[in-house]
Amino acid sequence: MRWIWIDKFVEFESGKRAVAIKNVSLAEEYLHDHYPGYPFMPASLLIEAMAQTAGILVGQARGFQEKVILAKVSRAQFYDLARPGDQLILEARLETITPEAAIICGTIRCREKLIGQISLMFSHIDKNLAGQEFPQENFVFNNEQFINLLRSYEAEKP
Amino acid sequence: MAMTRDQINEKVKETLMDALGVDDDEVTDDATLMGDLGAESIDFLDIVFRLEKAFGIKIPREELFPAENLLNDSAYVDHGKLTGAGLERLKSQMPHVDFTEFEKDPDLNKMPDLFRVNSIVTYIENKVNAA
Repeated sequence: MRWIWIDKFVEFESGKRAVAIKNVSLAEEYLHDHYPGYPFMPASLLIEAMAQTAGILVGQARGFQEKVILAKVSRAQFYDLARPGDQLILEARLETITPEAAIICGTIRCREKLIGQISLMFSHIDKNLAGQEFPQENFVFNNEQFINLLRSYEAEKP
Repeated sequence: MAMTRDQINEKVKETLMDALGVDDDEVTDDATLMGDLGAESIDFLDIVFRLEKAFGIKIPREELFPAENLLNDSAYVDHGKLTGAGLERLKSQMPHVDFTEFEKDPDLNKMPDLFRVNSIVTYIENKVNAA
């Protein structure tokens, strides 16, 4: 299974926006080293959480048929730390999507405060790099486990 | 709405500053996107998106930066240089670019130098004022 770094979606508007939650817990080992006695989530992992929230939004917009890769972190600004016990609310808005790529703008909130703003660009990799083909197995949306996971939640809907 | 070259110039520079994270004094008319401003391949797509938004225009794929599809064709490339036919083709695809220097030695390694700030301004100017 791919590494999943968000806990759940709480809102999902296809092709428009998605809101996900990530709980920051001291049970997660990286916090023990970053830093001993003063744990907080590294900016790179905040970006990863946004990349997953936004990446699934982008992937779903094309029925998970495209290989979506994070191509560029256009902006990443942080105003406060994410610390153990915090619940992060990650909101990604799809600004542009074309056959080749997508741009999203996102915010991270916690304790009802804006703690980060992130803009990302995703590439539909098969549509770029002069038509060069990439193997299926490396891509999260073409991974059967991921699609089955989504299906299992779909099946449980009331 | 017609725009002057100065207005276009200013907006293009703002776009490049945002897309590439560079300062305004770096974005000179003559700056090359890759060499001087550090643009990578994905940035070109980003720049196209931003220009479309900033000017409210549609920029067809491969029109502003069309070089890629030409390089895979042996009629246009020979021993690391563009052939006469390749050069003619590129010139017809990129009327917004100044080929004076490149023509003297159409070495592929020098192709990145063709993409300069003022060629984008010319491209947008043609596009906006033709509409």
